Amino acid sequence: MSFKRLWAMFHARNLEFFRDWSALGWNFLFPFLIVAGFGMVFGGNDYTEYKVGVFPSQYDIIHSDQTDLPLRFAETRYIKFIGFKSFEDGIEKLKHHKIDFLVKAGSPSHEYWVSDSSPKGYIVEKIFKSTLLPNVKNIAEKKEIKGNEIRYIDWLFPGILAMNMMFSALWGVGYVVVRYRKMGVLKRLNATPLTAFEYLSSQVLSRIFILLFTLGVVWFGCDLVFHFKVAGSYFDLFIIFFTGGICLSAYGLVIAARGFSEEFTSGVVNFISWPMMFLSEVWFSLEGSPHWIKLIAKLFPLTHMLSAARKVMNDGATLSDVTPELAVLIFMTVLSIVVGAALFSWNK
Amino acid sequence: MNYLLEIKNLVKKYKQVVAVDGISFSVSEGTCFGLIGPNGAGKTTTIEVIEDIIPPTSGEILYKGKPRSSSFKQEVGIQFQHTALLSSLTLRETLKIFKSLYNKSADIEEIIDICNLREIQKRINDKISGGQKQRLMLALAMINKPELMFLDEPSTGLDPQARRNLWSIIHKIKEKGKTIILTTHYMEEAQRICDEIAIMDNGKIIAQGTPNQLIKKYCEEITIILPKDSIGFSMEQIPFRYLEINGKIEIKTSDINSCLNMLISKGTDLTELIVRSPNLENVYLNLTGKQLRD
Repeated sequence: MSFKRLWAMFHARNLEFFRDWSALGWNFLFPFLIVAGFGMVFGGNDYTEYKVGVFPSQYDIIHSDQTDLPLRFAETRYIKFIGFKSFEDGIEKLKHHKIDFLVKAGSPSHEYWVSDSSPKGYIVEKIFKSTLLPNVKNIAEKKEIKGNEIRYIDWLFPGILAMNMMFSALWGVGYVVVRYRKMGVLKRLNATPLTAFEYLSSQVLSRIFILLFTLGVVWFGCDLVFHFKVAGSYFDLFIIFFTGGICLSAYGLVIAARGFSEEFTSGVVNFISWPMMFLSEVWFSLEGSPHWIKLIAKLFPLTHMLSAARKVMNDGATLSDVTPELAVLIFMTVLSIVVGAALFSWNK
Repeated sequence: MNYLLEIKNLVKKYKQVVAVDGISFSVSEGTCFGLIGPNGAGKTTTIEVIEDIIPPTSGEILYKGKPRSSSFKQEVGIQFQHTALLSSLTLRETLKIFKSLYNKSADIEEIIDICNLREIQKRINDKISGGQKQRLMLALAMINKPELMFLDEPSTGLDPQARRNLWSIIHKIKEKGKTIILTTHYMEEAQRICDEIAIMDNGKIIAQGTPNQLIKKYCEEITIILPKDSIGFSMEQIPFRYLEINGKIEIKTSDINSCLNMLISKGTDLTELIVRSPNLENVYLNLTGKQLRD
């Protein structure tokens, strides 16, 4: 193995990436926009979970002081009240699930309509009925959460970063290498003394460098706005993201090993990345999900990287606490590199 | 004879297709060996097998008298027919990156001058013309001071000026004593550059020799062209083969003196006479036919 050749390809790939301003900008902008978007949506008071239609009403959006709905219902947080001039207007929206619940204003019998197939409608119905009951105090005892509260944005942020790393690794290694094979770049490189191991190593190392550089810039930029709380060590977080990044890039190598169809490769990348994104708890927890879904989630490196990162960031865990996650990531990395190198082909 | 490269009974099969069918040839050091033939004849497959880009089905390839070793790629320079380069790099950076891939390398300044790249060396290699790209590809093939160079249709798609410029660069490379294997569709190119030529068709070598040997062996006849109006006698009277094409008479002969004497004796007006010597294109068409190949 020649480090001179490896360095040459590493350097060339980095130059390519940093000179492609559109790709570079998007790599920084995409995670920042998502974090900023979610920060605004979940951090502010305007977040809406349920939409209730009210008729007849002259307003488009109804505030609690503009309606004669029961006050406790009208003041419920996370419900937006939308006015309709007539029953027909409202029921049309309800049928198409544009709203979750429809209620007639000023009705002595509190007439309402709800779709039996709508889970949100079911919840709003329960809320609506409960607000009509007499206010009974001490029906349940509320206890406070002890210790530091984890803000939603602090829980979400590692997920967004990890998801960005996943897309960048799979597309940046898998898709790019396949495109190079199709264009004939790999064939030209194969005519030189460069070995497959040197080439693949340079691609993974370059991607790691790019991933961590992007991570650093995005973290710094987002932290200026959201002031994230990191309970554990920044060094431990770096080790977790570094290991996870290598593992995801190695996954990209497996995708890149064969094939020269960009369309097919983009299908494969989507086939892997979308389930990985949804089942790795980037957006929501899998608590209560069927066992087989949790088993599938364990196959994804993102699950283990994210689990370790959240433990360090939110719970103050140390590297020894996340040893199982790191061990799985290292095992997956070795396996992916061995499989990727064994299957790799320079030519079409 | 001291051969740099020897090919013995080389075969390359793709499932049902035999792309290269048991060909053998040798290339002497410091010469330019040309492979010509119609599309699909097996030229590119042949040189890609020799280059170690694709594996042979059977046969023997000897470089300096021995099977190719791991150092083979260090000693050869390759220009592919279709290829691309890493994007967003300047020409100079591309040369430097490729230079780093070899143990032995040429002086970049010298390569830039030989290939006329000085003025465009800072340009991004995605944004250069076809001729400039071919010159860059040639420069990359020279970056490791190769002893043997493979040039696969180096001038395809170039305009006449760019093609002649490329030929002059290849001549400079030849003057440095490099051994070259070249494939081309341009017979003029093969005739100008190659010392020895093999004509391939259907995966086999159907003729081989120097350009002059091939012409002498396969196309000895000279063509004399005259307007039909300038001939004041019946063509049936002449003892030569002839064709009538677009109002002109094309007489084929291997004895030009006798033919011209006969035309003069019959009072033919020779003002618009054209004499066309046989060339490699005639040899090529005689051997491979005039049927369209895809």
